[in-house]
Amino acid sequence: MNILINITFGLLILAMFIAFVRLVRGPSLPARVVALDMMAALAVGIIAVYSVATGQPIFLDVAIVLALIGFLGTVAFAYFIEKGELPWRKA
Amino acid sequence: MAQSVSLILLLLGALFMFLASIGLVRMPDVLMRMHSTTKSNTLGVGLIMLGVALRFDDFAIAVRSLAIVIFLFSTAPVAAHMIGRAAYLSGVPLWDGTLSDEMRGRYDLETHTLSSRGKDIASAQEAGSD
Repeated sequence: MNILINITFGLLILAMFIAFVRLVRGPSLPARVVALDMMAALAVGIIAVYSVATGQPIFLDVAIVLALIGFLGTVAFAYFIEKGELPWRKA
Repeated sequence: MAQSVSLILLLLGALFMFLASIGLVRMPDVLMRMHSTTKSNTLGVGLIMLGVALRFDDFAIAVRSLAIVIFLFSTAPVAAHMIGRAAYLSGVPLWDGTLSDEMRGRYDLETHTLSSRGKDIASAQEAGSD
């Protein structure tokens, strides 16, 4: 029972690391933003699994707030990528 | 019984998110990476929240986790649409093996209008770039 929770944590943390690789390497800004969006969702999942592991459902409130912040961040990035002047845009 | 089912749901959700992150690294192009992440992320968090709701067996917590799922299901497509649109319009290169790009030459970046008569805008853009 406990080992399944540990495997779940391991998978999520490994996924967070792999997404971080894309965040560092990503050749363009939208690729990095996609990786960041993925990492926000992964953090929500990790918090939910942590609340199960510790038996403290109060952490779910943090997950709600983090989901909201992640969505707002992604939308803001998308807005400024579309409007702003960026180095790779054809002049 | 409900405890083991919730553990299996948590593990399944984590597996889906892990597969999404592998797709994020292996896919060759921004739009394909989004194809892998947005869908499996939504499914993964949905399964994890279902597992949490089963685990605690409390109505208030079930409603809270359902709120996360509903919020994610309604915002993930919006965020993915905005990022995909921004990536395409800012000229991020597509994969070399891309077979069809229906929007090429049919979207006017100045007026933000989509035209089915693509040739006018395409020829205007080519004339402008030359």
